[in-house]
Amino acid sequence: MEHMGIEPDRIHYSWISSAESTKFVEVVKEVTEKVKALGPNQHFAKHEAKVA
Amino acid sequence: MSEYNDKIREISQRLLKECQVDMVIGFRKGSMPMMNEPCFIKNAKDAAQLVWDSNCGINLANYLTNRTEKIGIIAKGCDSRNIVTHIIENKISREQLVIIGVPCQGMIDKHKTTSMFAGDIQDVTEDGGKIKITVNGQVNELDKADVLQKNCAVCTHRNPVIYDEMVADPVEEQNVDRYEDVRQIEAMNPEEKWNYFEELLSPCIRCYACKNACPLCYCPTCFVDESKPQWVGKGQDPTDVRTFHFLRAFHCGGRCTDCGACERACPVGINMRVFTKKLEKDSFEQFGWEAGLTLDERPPLDTYRPDDPDEFIK
Ligand code: SF4
Ligand code: SF4
Repeated sequence: MEHMGIEPDRIHYSWISSAESTKFVEVVKEVTEKVKALGPNQHFAKHEAKVA
Repeated sequence: MSEYNDKIREISQRLLKECQVDMVIGFRKGSMPMMNEPCFIKNAKDAAQLVWDSNCGINLANYLTNRTEKIGIIAKGCDSRNIVTHIIENKISREQLVIIGVPCQGMIDKHKTTSMFAGDIQDVTEDGGKIKITVNGQVNELDKADVLQKNCAVCTHRNPVIYDEMVADPVEEQNVDRYEDVRQIEAMNPEEKWNYFEELLSPCIRCYACKNACPLCYCPTCFVDESKPQWVGKGQDPTDVRTFHFLRAFHCGGRCTDCGACERACPVGINMRVFTKKLEKDSFEQFGWEAGLTLDERPPLDTYRPDDPDEFIK
């Protein structure tokens, strides 16, 4: 995905066990912050359908 | 090349006569220059139709999927690697096949050649490293090295990796940097990358010739054709076009041999190999894997090794 031009901070992978609630919260916070910093995604969004 | 022709015909004739195979899959002359077409030869007397030259770029492994007959198949380096992949993926069994190996010196890029001349190409002949192209009755001579398909120019497995008969002695393998083009894209920033692919895919008409030419794309119903659920829109919205291309590339991850069949098939000349090649490079660099080299090892995406790279998982 990054290779195609999606900003690296938009994509996150984590391995979190169901017992790791603290890690889950941390990861969610981090992901939200990073994505907020990037602003709305402009790619892979369909705008109005083009009408001829 | 004519020695290749003789030998291919001789072997095919023998296999058919002795009923070792029900058919031989190879190439015959097409109705247009540079367009040799795949053919299924079922009678020994028809083996004389078989030809070999630098216009046999189509990957014949594509015709093996789920076949039940005994088949003789002409295989250059990349075909042989896709045959291995087909066997590993249980799309054909090794026992059904007699593989007629052809050491390959690269195929001619028909898009490039066609765009070099203003008129229609009437005839293409070759002699060693030279290609003679007739346009409007005039003969132009080119070096084959200048008009090789891009994937052939960086191919490092020209000799078949698996075979029962060989048509000629092995050719020398090339020692080349295969990933220059991928690295150029990797060096771009996200916006440049996005725009690069946007421009690359803008002429795509979603004809699926690339997918149909691909020996890996044998799914009975491709994800692009599914409607429940519909994974991707069917039109030419750039989002849908891109989704088709990158998902197809992912489906080919760890399986693609960079045979170039997709690029060759594209009617508008898109180099969609830049998608598949990135994954081919990753498979090589992260898992030390090149698809289709051996029957004895499982591909990286269906095996687990404790030392698999995982830094991207937090
Ligand atoms: S793109 Fe994917 S789903 Fe479609 S035929 Fe190829 S491998 Fe199958
Ligand atoms: S062959 Fe070319 S035009 Fe057709 S779907 Fe593939 S990339 Fe698009």
